[in-house]
Amino acid sequence: MRAIEPWVEEPLKTFLAESSARVCLVMTSSGQVVAQHGFTRSVDIMTAAALGAGIVASTRELAKEMSAGSFGAVVHQGPGLGVYLAPFDLPQAQWIGLVVFGSDTSLGVVQFFFGRLIDALVRTAPREQPAREVLPETFEDELNASLRTLFGR
Amino acid sequence: MISREQAALEEVTRINGVRSAILVSADDGLVVAEAALEDQATEPAAAFAARLAGRLGILTGAMAAPPMSVLLLQAALGQLFVVVGNPGLLLVAVTNNDVNIGEVRLALLDVAGRLH
Repeated sequence: MRAIEPWVEEPLKTFLAESSARVCLVMTSSGQVVAQHGFTRSVDIMTAAALGAGIVASTRELAKEMSAGSFGAVVHQGPGLGVYLAPFDLPQAQWIGLVVFGSDTSLGVVQFFFGRLIDALVRTAPREQPAREVLPETFEDELNASLRTLFGR
Repeated sequence: MISREQAALEEVTRINGVRSAILVSADDGLVVAEAALEDQATEPAAAFAARLAGRLGILTGAMAAPPMSVLLLQAALGQLFVVVGNPGLLLVAVTNNDVNIGEVRLALLDVAGRLH
């Protein structure tokens, strides 16, 4: 498990241990990766983050169109694997969690411990420090630095 | 309007000491219908009961034993009953320790039979 924000590590470790999730990605609402577990290639992580953030943004707009306020989590369940994708609010920002789980756990268990992960992140998130803004001119450097941290290279 | 499932679950919660009665999807551990006292969280009980039943199913399968019909888990502060209902559904009750086990068991089996 690797995290760019060190305060995310402990709650995420606990979540992974308790939920038996196979893969987990925590990202900002714009798709910047904050922490990951289970990915081995940077291209996979970038793809998953971009798609995850895109799905959350699409469902948010869909909810607006339908005057439904907001939707919660998006779940895709297949015969062997399930994907749980959910936005959540921190004091300074909205983040997204993407969790891939297998038949050794269940959606109910993942959902329950994801709720606990959110509670733990809200408790430990720094209050004063606003989220750093990523500018177009520094985007690539930021991205490469993040990927180095996330893969320990 | 109260559904048939909801009405059946409410019958179970009328037994002294029953805190919640929940109809749970066995595969994903999600709540399908529930009747519970105020302040009783049903989602965690549903999620864990389904996992527990799933694991026990693996165990009984490995032992070539007949599948589980009623599961009772006794803990320091309460008890968890799980009864296999419709295919893919579980009937779960969370109770106090001083509950009449036989009565709860019968009520759950009765409801499970009616919801078939």
